[in-house]
Amino acid sequence: MGKIKRINCYSLLVTAFLLFTLHCSLLTAAYALDVKRQVLKNGLKLLVVERHSVPIVRISIGINAGNLHEPVDKAGLASLVAGLLTEGTAKRTARQISEEIEFVGGSVGASGGGDYVTASLSVLKKDLDLGFELLSDIILNPSFPEQEIIKKKERIKGALRSQEDDPGYLSSREFKKAVFGDHPYGRLLTGTVETIDSITRDDIINFHAGHYVPENSIMAVVGDITNEEIEQLIQKHLGGWHPGNSSAASRHDVNMTRERKTITIDKDLTQANIVFGHTGISRDNPDYYAVSVMNYILGSGGFSSRLMQNIRDDKGLVYDISSYFGADKFGGSFQVELQTKNESANTAIAEVLKEINQIRSSPVTENEIADAKSFLTGSFPMRIETGARIAGFLVAVEYYGLGSDYIDKYPEYINSVTREDVLRVAKKYLDPEKYILVVVADQEKAQLKDEYK
Amino acid sequence: MHRTLILFIAILLSAIYGCAHTVRETAGEIKPAENGAVYEETLENGLKVFVIKDRNAPLAVFEIWYNAGSINEQIGKTGLSHLLEHMMFKGTPRYGNKVFSKIINKAGGIDNAGTSHDYAYYFQKLSPDRLDLSIDMEADRMRNLIMDNGEFLSERDVVMEERRMRYEDDPQNLVFEEVVATAFKNNPYRWPVIGWMEDLKNLTRADLMDYYRKHYIPNNAFIVIAGNVDVPDVMAKIKREFGPIPKGPETGKLNIQEPVQKGEKRVYVKKEAELPYVISVYKTPNVLDEDSYALDVLAGVLSGGKSGRIYRGLVDEKRIALSAGAGYSNFNKYPFIFYLEGTPLPGKNIEEVENALYEEVQKIKDQPPAEREVQKAKNQIEAEFIIGQDSVYSQAMVLAQFEMLGSWKIKDKYIEGLRKVTPDDVQRVARKYLVVDQRTVGTLIPVKKDESVK
Repeated sequence: MGKIKRINCYSLLVTAFLLFTLHCSLLTAAYALDVKRQVLKNGLKLLVVERHSVPIVRISIGINAGNLHEPVDKAGLASLVAGLLTEGTAKRTARQISEEIEFVGGSVGASGGGDYVTASLSVLKKDLDLGFELLSDIILNPSFPEQEIIKKKERIKGALRSQEDDPGYLSSREFKKAVFGDHPYGRLLTGTVETIDSITRDDIINFHAGHYVPENSIMAVVGDITNEEIEQLIQKHLGGWHPGNSSAASRHDVNMTRERKTITIDKDLTQANIVFGHTGISRDNPDYYAVSVMNYILGSGGFSSRLMQNIRDDKGLVYDISSYFGADKFGGSFQVELQTKNESANTAIAEVLKEINQIRSSPVTENEIADAKSFLTGSFPMRIETGARIAGFLVAVEYYGLGSDYIDKYPEYINSVTREDVLRVAKKYLDPEKYILVVVADQEKAQLKDEYK
Repeated sequence: MHRTLILFIAILLSAIYGCAHTVRETAGEIKPAENGAVYEETLENGLKVFVIKDRNAPLAVFEIWYNAGSINEQIGKTGLSHLLEHMMFKGTPRYGNKVFSKIINKAGGIDNAGTSHDYAYYFQKLSPDRLDLSIDMEADRMRNLIMDNGEFLSERDVVMEERRMRYEDDPQNLVFEEVVATAFKNNPYRWPVIGWMEDLKNLTRADLMDYYRKHYIPNNAFIVIAGNVDVPDVMAKIKREFGPIPKGPETGKLNIQEPVQKGEKRVYVKKEAELPYVISVYKTPNVLDEDSYALDVLAGVLSGGKSGRIYRGLVDEKRIALSAGAGYSNFNKYPFIFYLEGTPLPGKNIEEVENALYEEVQKIKDQPPAEREVQKAKNQIEAEFIIGQDSVYSQAMVLAQFEMLGSWKIKDKYIEGLRKVTPDDVQRVARKYLVVDQRTVGTLIPVKKDESVK
């Protein structure tokens, strides 16, 4: 289908993605979404946005079946279950599923997440009945054939090996492990070779039966469809989705204590891939909005951010640098990521620390805070342009309990942040002393200074 | 976010679709059949302007495209086009240094740019009532870059970091770069858009300034706007800001003629890596050629998802590949490539993967694909076009892609051509282009760290 790889070079960052890491939860009153929300008898939460401009429908189902629920010695179970949904159901083989959906140019599938798994469908309006039936089938009736489990495990283990060549993957893996320790957030969603091997078909079947239940799920539908139509489809294809007796996710609070630690990996690389950071905030922290503004100014605001202006624009040390707070249900992390030639590693780390010290010691300027607010409150339609993006956003708003008036309230939340708030949260949530530093590089050339070791 | 390139291509192939599909009528919204008309005008200085009116969109996109990609460079000066694209964000006397993106962000907008072999383009996504900002600032930076030498040197370092990230430290991309450089010999497609590191080190401000003066002129560019905008209003503003910029000397046409390849070429890259990788490329025509439609379908039959032949054969059935696929780059201005690629599962042999890719091609040469497979590939391509309509950004990208090839109106011909493809056509183009003696194969040979060639 004419996909070209690696032909174009992009010079600048797509700011949209940077900001998206704040759980897609930034939007503006200027952009109204007419969301119809209801809770169905089986407990499924349904959110519908009608958009009749293009004959397509996008569905995202957030299911409370992420890796928070898997035992540590079976790490990878949640992700494996999600990945196997399309590999065979009571009615269809893996091949039939891919053949049917791909024949109409649609896509259906699920992928494992930390807080929740997302099952999704993208299909032309004319093929919605087929698409919805497939989506329902993979959620309700996956058969987990033994042979498909073997093949899937083989590919996951192969991918784990292959990813060792990706320095960005290595640094983020080590960072997560160091920050979150034994918490599920600290593990790879895929698990490790050992834990994957220990997962049995019974584990898979039981996990699915216990967690893929409607009362734990949120369905967002966006596209060329009415509320009535989607209700009928649910009745027709998802009627058999009955509430289970699963316990709600027990709390898994992250241990927020910080410690100073450096992890190095030596590889044949021309650049040092560096991750700097520590624990952050959970999504329900009332400081979330002040942190959003502070972090925009520090490093999530693309070319408007201090890290980018200093370390890329002024010093030419990196192509890309950004900071973000991953704010999840039970905790989160703060991290700065960058790549610079091995020889500049020490300088770049020093500059990151300098910026963190700076934003912790003196208030941001009036202009900086005004610009940050103006972007955060004004850019929602630019950042969530497509139906698929909107569907994902709606699931997140519901899952994190942000409220049905969130869209209207958001500008208020952001606009009420003061320069004092920014300083306060910078002091509280940024730590220039007890931080994790991961450096994946040609260590001989990087020559990390003692103070960073 | 680094890998925007793949996303980019998916997007531009996804919005070509015109107005053939209609939707049920709904109060307050406009059916695509009535929407999406293209307004076209050429200013006296040769600058072409296209406006796609989309009344349903809550935002607008402004794009300016320059016919100034890396094919316009010379040996020894590779990477100029892309470095200039970086410098375009460094400021003009009127707005000052390094404030372009800041101003756009402050207005709630998002901006970016890209460079390919064929062109460089710049875009901003903004609220429709803020488009003035784009028009003002893009007109300004078409002619008035400061290009301070200190800024230039610093940005050259940034691009070298970008090259390290994208190529030097990515073994598969290194192989791709080598394969393309080997496949073509009389052709500027040989060098990477980002340029060779050796050239980047020697580029000067003067090189950039000459290139900028020559290529960044109204008669070598066009503008595309999409969104809920008032056409007369937007045209008046464009004329006011861009109208006074004088026409420049015509840049002239490139004469690119690649000689016929007379035997298979092979290239190897030795680099620290966990798994080997192979990519096999064949030179093929672009979308202006009648054969391109069948080549597009061929790529779909081979690689259109998990039901495509390569995934089924190599990943699912034989279980020799971790990943494998095919692709066809039909949107280059001059003939470029069709490729097959694969990574073996740990413990499996790279030759086995390579041969299995060829076997899948051979099967199609021996027997045309099934009618349903061909229909599936067409359905996938058409569905992508429709999905692209969901974004004004994609709508503008698609129009621009076709315009860069000659005319945005080619898109209608493309859809018609695609629909006419038969299984026999697919077999015919496989036989015609996927020829052993005309392929170039690149293989990654994993070595230990201290065995890598420095």
